[in-house]
Amino acid sequence: MATLELSLDENASALPARRGRRLGLLFWFAIGWMTLIFAVAIFANVLPLPSPTDMDMLERRASFSMEHWLGTDGLGRDELARLIYGARISLVVGLCAPIIGLTIGGALGMLAGYFRGRFESLVVGSMDVLLAFPPLILALAVTAYLGQSIFNLTCILGVLGIPAFMRVARASTLTLARREFVIAAQALGATHTRILLRELLPNVLLPLLAFFLLGVAVTIVVEGALSFLGLGVPPPISSWGSMIGEGRESLEVAPRLAFLPAIAMFLTVLSFNLVGDTLRALTDPRQGAL
Amino acid sequence: MSEAPLLSVENVAVELPTPRGNLRAVDRVNLTVGAGRTLGIVGESGCGKTMLSRAILQLLPKKAKLSGRVMFDGQDLLLLSPEKLRKLRGRSLAVVFQDPMTSLNPVLTIGTQLIETLQEHLELDQATATKRSVELLAAVGIPAPEQRLTQYPHQLSGGMRQRVAIAIALSCEPKLLIADEPTTALDVTIQAQILDLLAREQRRRHMAMILITHDLGVVAGRTDEVAVMYAGRVVERAPTPALFKKMRMPYTEALLAALPRIDAAPHTPLPAISGRPPDPTRPLKGCSFSPRCRYAVARCHSEKPDLAQAETPEHQYACFHPIESHVVVGV
Amino acid sequence: MLFFVARRLLYLIPVLIAVSLLTFFIASLLPGDLAYVILGDQATPEKVEALRHDMGLDQPIWIRYFGWLWNILQGDFGRSFRTGQTVLQAVAERFPVSFELMLLAEIIGLAIGVPLAIVCAARSGGAFDRFMTGSAFAMLSLPAFLSAILLIYLFAVELRWLPATGYVPFAEDPAANLRFMVLPALTLALAEWPGIMRVLRSDMIATLQEDYIALAKAKGLKASRILFVHALKPSSLTLVTITGINIGRLIGGTVIVETIFALPGIGRLLIGAIYTRDLIILQGVVLLVAAGFVVMNFIVDLLYAVLDPRIRHGHA
Repeated sequence: MATLELSLDENASALPARRGRRLGLLFWFAIGWMTLIFAVAIFANVLPLPSPTDMDMLERRASFSMEHWLGTDGLGRDELARLIYGARISLVVGLCAPIIGLTIGGALGMLAGYFRGRFESLVVGSMDVLLAFPPLILALAVTAYLGQSIFNLTCILGVLGIPAFMRVARASTLTLARREFVIAAQALGATHTRILLRELLPNVLLPLLAFFLLGVAVTIVVEGALSFLGLGVPPPISSWGSMIGEGRESLEVAPRLAFLPAIAMFLTVLSFNLVGDTLRALTDPRQGAL
Repeated sequence: MSEAPLLSVENVAVELPTPRGNLRAVDRVNLTVGAGRTLGIVGESGCGKTMLSRAILQLLPKKAKLSGRVMFDGQDLLLLSPEKLRKLRGRSLAVVFQDPMTSLNPVLTIGTQLIETLQEHLELDQATATKRSVELLAAVGIPAPEQRLTQYPHQLSGGMRQRVAIAIALSCEPKLLIADEPTTALDVTIQAQILDLLAREQRRRHMAMILITHDLGVVAGRTDEVAVMYAGRVVERAPTPALFKKMRMPYTEALLAALPRIDAAPHTPLPAISGRPPDPTRPLKGCSFSPRCRYAVARCHSEKPDLAQAETPEHQYACFHPIESHVVVGV
Repeated sequence: MLFFVARRLLYLIPVLIAVSLLTFFIASLLPGDLAYVILGDQATPEKVEALRHDMGLDQPIWIRYFGWLWNILQGDFGRSFRTGQTVLQAVAERFPVSFELMLLAEIIGLAIGVPLAIVCAARSGGAFDRFMTGSAFAMLSLPAFLSAILLIYLFAVELRWLPATGYVPFAEDPAANLRFMVLPALTLALAEWPGIMRVLRSDMIATLQEDYIALAKAKGLKASRILFVHALKPSSLTLVTITGINIGRLIGGTVIVETIFALPGIGRLLIGAIYTRDLIILQGVVLLVAAGFVVMNFIVDLLYAVLDPRIRHGHA
C-alpha cells in the first residue's frame, strides 16, 4: 500500500541507468497520457458530454452505447462524464496537496540544511514526530475530527507530505552548501537570502520537482483509498476513488463500473511515477558529478 | 621440451567493447608452460596480464570476446562445455588473486571456504574434509590451524589471509596455479615469505605456476621463464637468466633500471620510464612502446614488430632496434 | 554500542510524548462536542452540562491532557461509550487478526520477492530481468485497494474459489481461517514484493561484482551454491532491514484491507470508530498504533545499527 512516507530510495538509481533506453517509448506514452488527462479535466465543461449528475433511472448500469459511450452507473449517470469530472477532483487534490509539501517542506529543508545547528535539530525532530504516525491513520483521524471536505483533505495530505520534501531539500542543501560556489559567494559577502535564493534554490529545485511528481502519484493513491472508503472527498462529489468504491458493489453485475476508474487511476499514477522516476534518475546522479 | 606443454596459449586475443571503441586488452599472445615449470608474466598495470589470466580461466566479463586457443592438458578450453570447465576449475586449474581481503568471502568462515572446494571436487565427507583442511592450513604455515577453521577472514592478518587463499588454491592438487599479483597487497616484509611459500609448494607438488606481477624483482630467481607484456602483447620472452643477462627489449631494460638497487649510492635517482602506456582503444600503427623508447627509429613508429628469435629459440623479442647483447645487468 | 541504544531511547521518549500531545490536541479541535455526540437525540442543555461536568470536559485543556495522560500511564485508555469495552480490551481482541494479516502478507511478499530477486540478479540485464523490473515498477503504481478489487473480482466473483469477506479465528478452524486470509494477505503482499525484490536485487547485483564471487567461480563451485551461499548471505542484512521496515509500515496499511475484506482487526476498529464517532476509541487506538509504529521504527533502527557492516568490523 503506497503510503505518504515518501522515502529516498537510493536503490532506485541502480535501475534507471539501464532503463533509460527502455523508457524512451514508455516515457512519451506517460507524457501523452498525462497531457490527455489534464486536457480533458480542464476542458471538461466545454466537451460535448452529458452531465455527470443527471440520473436516468431507466438506464441504470447500462452497457456501452452510442448515447453513453462507457455506459451508466448504478444511478443512471453517464460513466464517461463521471470519469472525466472525477479526474478533475483526483487531479486537483493530487496536485495541490504536494504543492503544500513542496513549498513548506522544501523551504524548511533548505533552511535546515543551510543554517544547521539547533534549528536543524528542531525541524528534523518535529518531522520525526509527524512521521511517527502511520500516514493513513493520521489522515483518517483528522478528517474524522475536522469533517470531510476537499479543503481539509488537501491540507492534511499536504501536511503529511512535508517531512518527505523536507528530507529531499535538506539532503540536497547539505551536499551543495559545502561546494565551492557557495563558499565563494559567502566570501564575496553575499547575504544568506541571496545565497539561498540565487545559488542553492535552482539546484535544489530539480530533485524537488522530480520528487513532486512522485508525490502527486502517491497523493492520488491515498486520496483514492480514502474516497474509496467514503472518507475522502465528501459525497456527492466523486473522485475516481469514490467511483471505485461505488463500483465495488456492482462487481457481480457490472464490473466495468469499478474497473474503468481503476484503470484510469492506475494509468495516471503509473505515468506520474514514470516521469518522476526518470527525472529523479536524471537529477540525482548529476548532483554527485557537479 | 619434447613433451607437449601443460598449458599452451595460442594466438589468444581479448576484445572488450567500450563506449569509446573496441578495446584490445590482449593482442595475439602466445605462451606455453610446461608441467612443473614456472612462468613469470611481467608488465605495468593495464598491459593486459590480468585479462590474460582471466582468459585462461575462462572467467572473462560477459561482454568480452575471446579468440584463439587455450590448450590445457590436451583440451581446448574454449571448446569445453560450462559444466566441464567448472569441474576443471579449482581442481586442475587454480588461482590466487591479488587482495585476499576481497577475494575471501567476508561472511563465511575460513573452514567453509576450504571445505566447500574439497567437497565439490574430491567429494570428501565432512570429517575427512575438515581434517584435510587443517593439514592444508598447517602446510601453508598458519599456526593453530584448527582454530582458524571457525574464524572469519577479517580476523586474520593480510599475510595469513593470503596463505589461506593459497591453501584453498592448492587443496585439490592442481596441475597449474595462476598467482595474479599475489603479494602486491601485502607488506613488503611478508612478500618474500609468500613468494617463498609458493615456490616451495610448487616444487613439492611438481605443479606448474604462472606468476603475474608488475615487479621484475619478483620473478628473478623464482621463475624458469619470463614473458614481458606491454599494451596487450608479449614483447619479450626468455628463460629467466637469459632475460636478465641478455635482454633485448628496451622496455625490459627500462623496467629493470627502474628497480631500486641495494648497491646504488644513496639518493641515486630512480630512472622512471617517461610517458604513459598507450590508449588501448586507439592502437598505434607502429610499436606500442615507440613513443617512450630511447632507441626508437623511424621504422619503429610505422611498423609493428613481430616476435623474432634471439640466440636460442626460447628467447624471443619484438623489436626492430634491440639492445645489443653486451648489456649485462647483475641481479 | 550501549551508548547508542541509550541515546536512541532518550530520543524515543520525547517523540512518544509529542505523539500523545498531537493525538490529544487534534481531538480537542472538535467543532462538535463529545457530550452532544454521546447523548445523541437525548441531548438537552442540562443533560449536556451535567455530562460535560461528569466527564471533566469543562476543565481547561491542559488539565484534561494531563488527566488523560495520567490515566494512560496507568493503563486506562478509556472506555467506548457505545460498546462499554475498554480501549485495551478492544485492541487486544483485534490484535491477533491484524498481526496474522501482517505476518502472512510479509511471508507471501518474501516468497515472491526473494526468488525473483535472486534470478534477476543472476541474469541481470537479460530479458527476464528487464521484464520483472518493469513489472515491479508497475506494481508499485497499483495500490492495495485496487489489487483488492482485482483479486476479489477474479477469485471471488468469477472463479468463486475464495470468499470475499469473513473471518474465522485460527484457533477455531485453521483451514477456514487461511481460506479467509488468503485474499487479504495476497492483496498486501502484491504491494510488498516489488520493494523487496528491487532492493534485494540491486544489493545482490553489487555483491555479485565482488572479487570473492570471482574466486568462488574460479574454484569451480556450482552456480546454485555461489548464488545462495556466497551471494545471498552478504545481502541478507538488507533483507532483514527491509522486512523490519515493511512490518512497521504494514501497521498502517492493514486499515484498507481489513475494511474491504471485513476482517475484525485493529484497522477496522479504527474505521468503525470513525463511522460511529466513538471518539474515545479513536483517540486511544490512534495513540496505540502511533506508539507501536514509533517503537517498531526504533527497533528497526537498532537492528540496522547492530548489523551494520561498519560496526561489524571487516565487512566492507
